[in-house]
Amino acid sequence: MMGLTPQETKSLGLGALLIALAALLPLFDDGFYLSISVNIVLYAALCTSWALFSGPTHYVSLATAAFYGLGTYSVGLGIELLPYPLLLLIAAAIGAVMAGLVGAATLRISGVYFVIFTFGLAELVRQLVTWTQTKFSTAMGLYVFTEMTESHIYWMLLALTGAVFLTSFLIARSRLGFAMTVIGNDETVARHVGIDTARSKIILFMISGAFIAIAGAITAPRYIYIEPPSAFNPMISFLVVIMALLGGTKRLWGPLVGVIPFTIVMDFISSNFPNHTMIVVGLAFLAIVYLIPHGVTGLLENAQARWTKRSAPAAVAEEKPA
Amino acid sequence: MLRRTFIALAASAAAIVAAAPAFAQDVIRLGASAPKSGPLAGGAAVTHWPNIQLWMKEVNDAGGLKVGDKQMKLELVEYDDKTNGEEAIKNIQRLATVDKVDFLVTPYSTGLNIATAPIIARYGYPHITTSAATDGVAEFAKRWPNSFWMLGTSSQLANGVVQALTKLKDGGSIGNKVALVNVADAFGLELVGAAKPALAAAGFEIVYESSYPLGTQDLAPVISGAKAASPDAFVAFSYPGDTFALTEQAQVQGLDVGAFYTGVGTAFPAFAGRFKEGANGILGIGGVNSEDDKVKAYLAKHQEVTGATPDFWASATTYAGLQVLGQAIEKAGTLDKAAVVEAIRTGTFDTIIGQISMPENVNRNVWTVGQWDNGIFKAVAADGLPVAGEPVKKPAWQ
Repeated sequence: MMGLTPQETKSLGLGALLIALAALLPLFDDGFYLSISVNIVLYAALCTSWALFSGPTHYVSLATAAFYGLGTYSVGLGIELLPYPLLLLIAAAIGAVMAGLVGAATLRISGVYFVIFTFGLAELVRQLVTWTQTKFSTAMGLYVFTEMTESHIYWMLLALTGAVFLTSFLIARSRLGFAMTVIGNDETVARHVGIDTARSKIILFMISGAFIAIAGAITAPRYIYIEPPSAFNPMISFLVVIMALLGGTKRLWGPLVGVIPFTIVMDFISSNFPNHTMIVVGLAFLAIVYLIPHGVTGLLENAQARWTKRSAPAAVAEEKPA
Repeated sequence: MLRRTFIALAASAAAIVAAAPAFAQDVIRLGASAPKSGPLAGGAAVTHWPNIQLWMKEVNDAGGLKVGDKQMKLELVEYDDKTNGEEAIKNIQRLATVDKVDFLVTPYSTGLNIATAPIIARYGYPHITTSAATDGVAEFAKRWPNSFWMLGTSSQLANGVVQALTKLKDGGSIGNKVALVNVADAFGLELVGAAKPALAAAGFEIVYESSYPLGTQDLAPVISGAKAASPDAFVAFSYPGDTFALTEQAQVQGLDVGAFYTGVGTAFPAFAGRFKEGANGILGIGGVNSEDDKVKAYLAKHQEVTGATPDFWASATTYAGLQVLGQAIEKAGTLDKAAVVEAIRTGTFDTIIGQISMPENVNRNVWTVGQWDNGIFKAVAADGLPVAGEPVKKPAWQ
């Protein structure tokens, strides 16, 4: 299992260092910059969890809001009864079970059918939760009152993002990761070489769903008032896909380089054009698709390739005398 | 070529941003964050934003607010919260720490007000909510002493319905059979929870009861179920979409009852626009005292300045909330937030919805039920306020 190459050790060390640096942020600012960082880290966690499954399999899932809302509701319904850390685990379990059930039912279908089903799922779960709440719960509005501040939520989300990265890293090195690479390239071939494709996909979908549910559970104290339209907001599902694709899903850190510029650009637009946000966002999307069609990772890799090409002749020239 | 167009566009966008007005010293900077997009954008466009525009224009036309011995004009910094709690919190943070505004206009809706309340409390801004109606207000007021709640509680609104129905029953307009319907979310549940015991105590019999999930498109079964129980009164604690759909179905299926009540949205001018004469006699949540001179003047002014009719419930409260803020700043004679909060807590304010005082941070005097009467949604039940008239029996559908 272990036996890291020097390159991997370096990446892990760099990741840990970046997270440690990011964790210092609340010490410098606890106003607007912390607030926007909470949003960035939240979407970093969501997009990376999403890419964990959708990256290698190429199955575009729009079920993010369903898992996120389940996590939020686990905390909303349980905060008066159980300690908060336990609720995070329960949220993860519920997210995983839901993903398992959905996966068993749908991961044998593919392409656009899967996309449509997952989109409907968020709505289905929302209705089920509302129905359950009406029939069995005496709670009227759901309130989550805690002592948690934005800094606590930020740190928890940061820890979650770290955990998602570590999990992705470990999966990529495991048999499951290898199976996923084969499935992603050609599912028929994968089946022929004896990979249980359905099982592998379900396991990965469950891990991804559990992480998204935890993210929802962590953010619940920020909403305070839990209601279905905000917990199961379909915009969450779309934003996650858009940001992850902007970043690129081929690399583990791909979604991250999508989330950060996207959040900052969106924030710039909505603060400077409050009355024309949607128009400017539309123009920005056009610009993104036209100017960076392969995502930010594509852009970075191109730049790196160009840089290597430019410095390569120089290196050759240097080597000559020796 | 295309690339050059984008660069040109980007450059002009940057130029617009750079040209943002520099602000003078003697102004009060107000910050507002509310929906301009997302599910609640429609409601906010009717109830919230026009009142900010109207109030600021009135104050500035009159020379501004008198703070100590200075006349200070108002300036607005506004953001779209996209009907999203995360975005709303970020906007408040930006207004407080980047724009450093002097005061905040309340966010819009129960959920967004509660989500932003802890952040607003942290910066100590007075937080005068005018679009949040829930039974939690007393607790919120204690938790966030800078917050004030003006739109009343769910129990008040539900009891208002029972008062109006009782008057109709005692007057012989309707019998005692009620069909009770609600949208299955916190709002609907709170209201139905408060209405049921009150209806029983007033001698009503609930002959049909049903709830439907938020966002349900087809409400025909609800109406046909209610019709089969042949009630004398129909009460629905509904949201705008369902309010319109239920009324339409009742009209189509000919559910003729002496009292027809629907929830949020009934007070929108678009409701009368949609049902024309058919709206006459329909009861709904809210209402204003349209006989009052101040309310009359407000309705006319709103139409004149914003070019639109206000809604007949939270619009007036939203305007009144801004009046409270303005008068409290003048009373305190300073832009110090804590002093203004104290002024709101201890003062009495002359607003378009009457004299307001909030010793426990909650305004108890609210109109609870309105009734459409030729384009005006008149208050027919209230707590602590005069009404525009008594409820009348609804005529048959036309």
